[in-house]
Amino acid sequence: MTGNAASNAWSSHEGAAALAAPTSTEKRRAFDWRILLGFFLPIFIALLWEAAVTFGLAEGRLVPPPSRIIATLWGLAQTGELWTHAWMTLWRVLVGFVIGALSGIVLGALSGSSQTLRQLLDPTLQALRAIPSIAWVPLFILWLGIFEASKVALIAVGVFFPVYLGIAGAILSVDRKLVEVGHVFRLSRVQLARRILLPAVLPEAVIALRSGLGLGFMFVVAAEFMGASEGLGYLLVDGQQMGKPDQILAAIIAFALLGKTADSLLLAATKPLVRWQDTVRERL
Amino acid sequence: MGRFMLSFEHLSKTYADGTRALADINLTVHEGEIVALIGGSGCGKTTLLRLIAGLDRESAGRIRLDGEVLSGPHPAVGIVFQEPRLLPWLSVFDNIAFGLSGVSAAERKARVTHALEKIGLVEHADRWPRDLSGGQQQRVSIARAFVTNPKVLLLDEPFSALDAFTRASLHEHLLGLWEETRPTVVLVTHDVQEAVTLADRAVVMQPKPGRIFDELPLTLARPRDRTGLPFETSVRRVLTALDHSLKAPQEQPQRERDRQAAALWW
Repeated sequence: MTGNAASNAWSSHEGAAALAAPTSTEKRRAFDWRILLGFFLPIFIALLWEAAVTFGLAEGRLVPPPSRIIATLWGLAQTGELWTHAWMTLWRVLVGFVIGALSGIVLGALSGSSQTLRQLLDPTLQALRAIPSIAWVPLFILWLGIFEASKVALIAVGVFFPVYLGIAGAILSVDRKLVEVGHVFRLSRVQLARRILLPAVLPEAVIALRSGLGLGFMFVVAAEFMGASEGLGYLLVDGQQMGKPDQILAAIIAFALLGKTADSLLLAATKPLVRWQDTVRERL
Repeated sequence: MGRFMLSFEHLSKTYADGTRALADINLTVHEGEIVALIGGSGCGKTTLLRLIAGLDRESAGRIRLDGEVLSGPHPAVGIVFQEPRLLPWLSVFDNIAFGLSGVSAAERKARVTHALEKIGLVEHADRWPRDLSGGQQQRVSIARAFVTNPKVLLLDEPFSALDAFTRASLHEHLLGLWEETRPTVVLVTHDVQEAVTLADRAVVMQPKPGRIFDELPLTLARPRDRTGLPFETSVRRVLTALDHSLKAPQEQPQRERDRQAAALWW
């Protein structure tokens, strides 16, 4: 065929362009030292405050210097109190997250995949969503008691809505054109869900789960404010009542570390599922 | 080219909003024939293709494949869309293998590897679609349709989004794959050059409602020389028919006379 030479030349040209692509990936992977610039401001302010208290320019009773916060954190860790409280908080978030996320996924999937079910479910759920979740607290305490059940329920409600909305929205926004590819290859409903809908929905599902987890950590504080005897939220309340700002700040730092760690773990666990989307690196 | 492969009998499609996309289409396509559907926008070319693919249902009439009336997507019918429509979470290899679920692993590997060789993308087998250029993606999409060995292959303006150079190379890849199994091909295009390059017959369509205006046989020997005089003449014939279809919407074509004139030309 006369055009073969031209077409071969063309493919090798494209091949060359594709071979050149990895260099940009390597560049992206190289460490960018400017990231460290972000540490400058908080460390600078912390050192400034430390110096101001050390040299007697400020009292540091209500706003303790960093050294005292670290000492408090260290003390709590030494006595094992920190771990007890952190573990309690983490347990509540985990249980609430699992319940909220599972029901959010199930109802979101139902509402996203069937027009009838959406018209049945969605108005009610949207109405419930309009209620600020904290408003449920008195009712949950009446219904479920003052102990764990009411706390976990509050967290589950907080986690449920972003997950439900994210999953339902993700299914509704799956590209019709890709679904048609499934129809052309005569996939059954189950195959279509498994081979096209599920992978197409995953990136948005991960985002929904992450925002759900974030809200879970927000609501665990609210839950622990209402009469807990353990948990990082209890440390906050205790610090306020006993006038120990260093304990409050230590608990806040523990919250930040815990939340960030949980988010990173979730991200790492779901990364293999969405690798095709957020990196140009070759598979495996 | 002998028996009928694909036939349309009084095929009509009216959409829910009352738009008459197709009205009384009658056409037979022979086994191994490449037919180009050509016409202005809104003349129902893509609708016709979607009916054959089973993605839409006809309002009246029927489509037969080897005598069997089509209802819904058929395993012997493959389609290449205007966009590549690759699944972004599958590698190039897995995208091509997407329709081969009922095939053994060894057979699948052999078929996909062969298709990759034909489209010149063997070294890209493990890449994501996003790493490929538009032309490469469309090649993968063509390979995905070919590996299932369809008896009928539908092409919905698959090259329209590509530059002229890439398009010419894709025509070569397409014909290379076609020559192996010689499926019946229905190609929708608005590019006359493309129709004359690929097709055995050009079917000129007319809009509002979509219907067949004229059929022109393209009997040039393959491989076709795009620069030769016969090629130019064929292009001009199709262009003239296309022109008539747009200028005189109600005028009936004098097909017989046109055919005789065409015959005299040769």
